[in-house]
Amino acid sequence: MNVSVLEHVPERDARLSTSGAAVSLRGVTRSFGAHRVLRGIDLDIPAGQFVAIVGRSGCGKSTLLRLIAGLDEPTSGAVAIDGRTGGRRDTVRLMFQEPRLLPWQRVLANVEVGLSHQMNARERRRQAAAELAQVGLAGRERDWPSVLSGGQKQRVALARALASHPRLLALDEPLGALDALTRIEMQDLIAHVWRDKGFTAIVVTHDVTEAVALADRILLVEDGLVALDVAVDLPRPRRRGDANAAAIEGGILDRLLRRTGAGPKPR
Amino acid sequence: MKRILPWVVPILLLILWQAASRFGLLRAQVFPAPTAVAEAAWRLARSGELWMHVKISTWRALTGFAIGGGIGFVLGMANGLSSLSETLLDSTLQMIRNIPHLALIPLVILWFGIDEEAKLFLVALGVFFPIYVNTLHGVRSVDRQLLEMGRAYGMSERQLFSRVVLPGALPSVFVGLRYGLGIMWLTLIVAETISASSGIGYMAMNAREFMLVDVVVFAILVYAALGKLADSVARLLERVCLAWNPVYAKV
Repeated sequence: MNVSVLEHVPERDARLSTSGAAVSLRGVTRSFGAHRVLRGIDLDIPAGQFVAIVGRSGCGKSTLLRLIAGLDEPTSGAVAIDGRTGGRRDTVRLMFQEPRLLPWQRVLANVEVGLSHQMNARERRRQAAAELAQVGLAGRERDWPSVLSGGQKQRVALARALASHPRLLALDEPLGALDALTRIEMQDLIAHVWRDKGFTAIVVTHDVTEAVALADRILLVEDGLVALDVAVDLPRPRRRGDANAAAIEGGILDRLLRRTGAGPKPR
Repeated sequence: MKRILPWVVPILLLILWQAASRFGLLRAQVFPAPTAVAEAAWRLARSGELWMHVKISTWRALTGFAIGGGIGFVLGMANGLSSLSETLLDSTLQMIRNIPHLALIPLVILWFGIDEEAKLFLVALGVFFPIYVNTLHGVRSVDRQLLEMGRAYGMSERQLFSRVVLPGALPSVFVGLRYGLGIMWLTLIVAETISASSGIGYMAMNAREFMLVDVVVFAILVYAALGKLADSVARLLERVCLAWNPVYAKV
């Protein structure tokens, strides 16, 4: 029942392909003991694309992201970033569901965590401050993380992730713990910096609305395989409550909830 | 008002004590009046005897603490970071921990006589365990998610240690530190009372020989003051080092 509908994705413009990284997975499996979480995934993500991975809890979507981000190694198969299988270092950055800020470092020092250590101290501070300003937190450099709200903490985490100008940003349900309004603001912010910088973005989420609001392409992972590959060809910036978006969302939800057999027709 | 409130009960007790002595409820040979204790203090301070004893006791306390605490901290870190080290050492240390360190006094006197080593050994041994146990606990309770973040952001093992593990373990280390300071004074009092030729404990025991109850009471007060002072310093350090933690920041 695992139909893999890999289909043609429209070409992105040149700006994107120079600053984003292309991701390619070949026959990737991952087992934990006897349990096979991923069962042979083939996937190509062109440079600069915004991909959302959705699926039920435990379907393997987070495992897939961790493999791409280099936090985990596949049991078999290969994950290549720009054709290379190792040495991700500063090209890939990860944002987690929790902000994971160091509570004993002030906001600015937390952003500096994302910067290369070769840089001199003054340059690091300057660049970290610029990243903070970009996420709307200028002036909060000297604060302790404990005084920030959940949304502000996640903004700092975003600034930290973007500080080294990654070519691939992996986001593991980064907005799951935020309230509805903060969530929408953060989605807009992420979409904005993505358009601005042109990195490749992969977000794991179980919120299909969020996937449709953010992504060019939605992958539905089911039983360790990509069960559905849907292009979201809607204009940006995206309007919430758009009828086309609702149609895509409905189709994916139907498939997730197994309401009807077929799921949405790939566009 | 909040600043005065903690002093109300001690001052009240002092007044009661003085009154009880004045009206003959407390006999001077059993428990001298506060004024008599103050006179003894003045006498000892003027003769220089007090400072000599305080100095040697403080030196013993801090040196023993540094040795025992240092070893406890290093072993706690090592066993928290390396499972090999932990498997090798932890069960032995837990076995030794169950011996009350003061039970070793006869053995320590046999080994070292009443020299400085005896006191240092006992203090170091007493301080070792609270620091060791709490450092180990601190390292173990460092947030795994922060470690994973550090690795994902390319921190080297050294950076992970200094930026994530050490600061993460610090609150727990401070708990051990404050607990260890209490044990430090306790051990020193016992050791100096039993076998010493200088120090506050000796001063008290010597005064007992001559029935100088006022000096004995004063010696006890000196211990209390030194203990309180050590705790205040530890609290201050805590507030400076853990300023990021809202639990400590506003204490």
